[in-house]
Amino acid sequence: MSLEQLPLLQQLMLVLAAVVLFTSFALLEQARLVAAIHAFAWQGVLVAMVTAIVAASGGLAHLFFSAALTLALKALLIPWMLHRLVRRLELDRHREPLRRPALVVMGALALVIFSYWLVLPLVQQELLFTRNIVAVSLAVVLIGLLMMVIRTQAVAQVLGFMSMENGLFLAAVSATGGMPLVVELGVAFDVLVAMILFGVFFFQISESIDSLDVDRMTRLTERAEDDS
Amino acid sequence: MSQAGWGLAVAQALLYVALAPLLAGWIRKVKASLQNRRGPSVLQPYRDLRKLFAKEARMAHTASLVFRAAPYVVFIATWLAAAAIPLVTTKLPTAAMADVIVIVGLLALARFFLALAGMDVGTAFGGMGASREMFVSALAEPAMLMAVFTLAMTAHSTNLASVVDYQLLGDNILRPSYMFALAGLVLVAVAETGRIPVDNPATHLELTMIHEAMILEYSGRHLAIMEWAAQLKLLLYGVLLANVFFPWGIAEGTDPAALGMGLAVVVGKLAVLGAALAVSETVLAKMRLFRAPDFLNLALLLTLLGLLSHVILEVGA
Repeated sequence: MSLEQLPLLQQLMLVLAAVVLFTSFALLEQARLVAAIHAFAWQGVLVAMVTAIVAASGGLAHLFFSAALTLALKALLIPWMLHRLVRRLELDRHREPLRRPALVVMGALALVIFSYWLVLPLVQQELLFTRNIVAVSLAVVLIGLLMMVIRTQAVAQVLGFMSMENGLFLAAVSATGGMPLVVELGVAFDVLVAMILFGVFFFQISESIDSLDVDRMTRLTERAEDDS
Repeated sequence: MSQAGWGLAVAQALLYVALAPLLAGWIRKVKASLQNRRGPSVLQPYRDLRKLFAKEARMAHTASLVFRAAPYVVFIATWLAAAAIPLVTTKLPTAAMADVIVIVGLLALARFFLALAGMDVGTAFGGMGASREMFVSALAEPAMLMAVFTLAMTAHSTNLASVVDYQLLGDNILRPSYMFALAGLVLVAVAETGRIPVDNPATHLELTMIHEAMILEYSGRHLAIMEWAAQLKLLLYGVLLANVFFPWGIAEGTDPAALGMGLAVVVGKLAVLGAALAVSETVLAKMRLFRAPDFLNLALLLTLLGLLSHVILEVGA
């Protein structure tokens, strides 16, 4: 089944999935926290749209609910909470450019190729019309992981974690037509609770080390910081 | 077919040369009106060229043969590259040589001589401009090639005429790879033709200039030919974007009605593209030279994503 035989709606789904991958890169490279939060919100919107299209063209009614939940949670509520946190921690003008952006992007592209190679046997099974997206969602997960590794700023790390969750959700939707509603609700509330806990932790960290740069937590000495 | 076909091919090549200053004038006109100025007439670039051709060409004492020959080499290489790209119709004998890699190579030849000419006289500005041009193009060329490969993989051919034909044949298919390739190629085109976020075409004698710095020592007909070649390059990228990604309306035969239609459509597409460029140049500010790698890295990322999304999303197992 090649691209020409897919109906227009499913072609649109592939385009949106490709844009989800692009927002992952945008999130990875973004130096300003507020812009990164916006990129994350857009990713949530796109994931919700992909889910809605899968629901519409696969006739899976319960996925509409998942799409609405994703839109409300990942595209609106969590970005809003993060935004508020960033403003209260006075980080809205904070800039933290990557040290080697080109290298990081090449690494992320290598992750995309790796995840494609990983899901190739699955793709050859011809299971569902969404099977091509599995590689994209795995790549989103891995790029989120990469973001958590290379970023030293706590809020950016949380964004990486949340985009990993986006990738997992997309993988569930595209590989199996969505998880059961109970599981989905549970995951959604887990994410929400995690977000609230992260918020508390941000304040704890910034109070105790006066910064959200988690690399500083590895220093055990009490001597005064010379840099700021 | 053959004799009439070659006649048409020559006519199309001449049309490129004739239209190039018009596009530059149109962009200047739109930009002026966006800045609440009346601006010069769209025919002003033709008048500038005529004026420069009438003037005496002065040469620096240190100039060598390269300096003298460079304008002609640059112009002819750019013209050859342009002539290979289908403008009005795809059914031309020149379609056989419309290979994208040849076009990239011809543009590289033109750029090589432009940089040589910049360094030849030995002024500080010329050398600086040449090194900057090479710096930008070394980053832009991989992105350009990746975009080209994305198209080639979809159409199973590196020939531009067959790429266009392939897209006209198929039904309207949304391709994520084309979207990324288009976005990446737009960024490459902006960088390669020296438009605003990378270079400012309107400045003269400024420390950050790239293209102007290289042709600073030229005068008279040499300068006219260099400017014309730059306008031709702008038109070339415009036609490349307009006809490869939005080929609808291009003539598929060689009868006069289809050709007239094709010409009208391509002029319309270029007018829209030029206006879009003018708007983007009005709202964007020129970036520092050392931000240019970020800009072109984005182009490379987009085109690589295009290539990958073609492989991952579009190839049915």
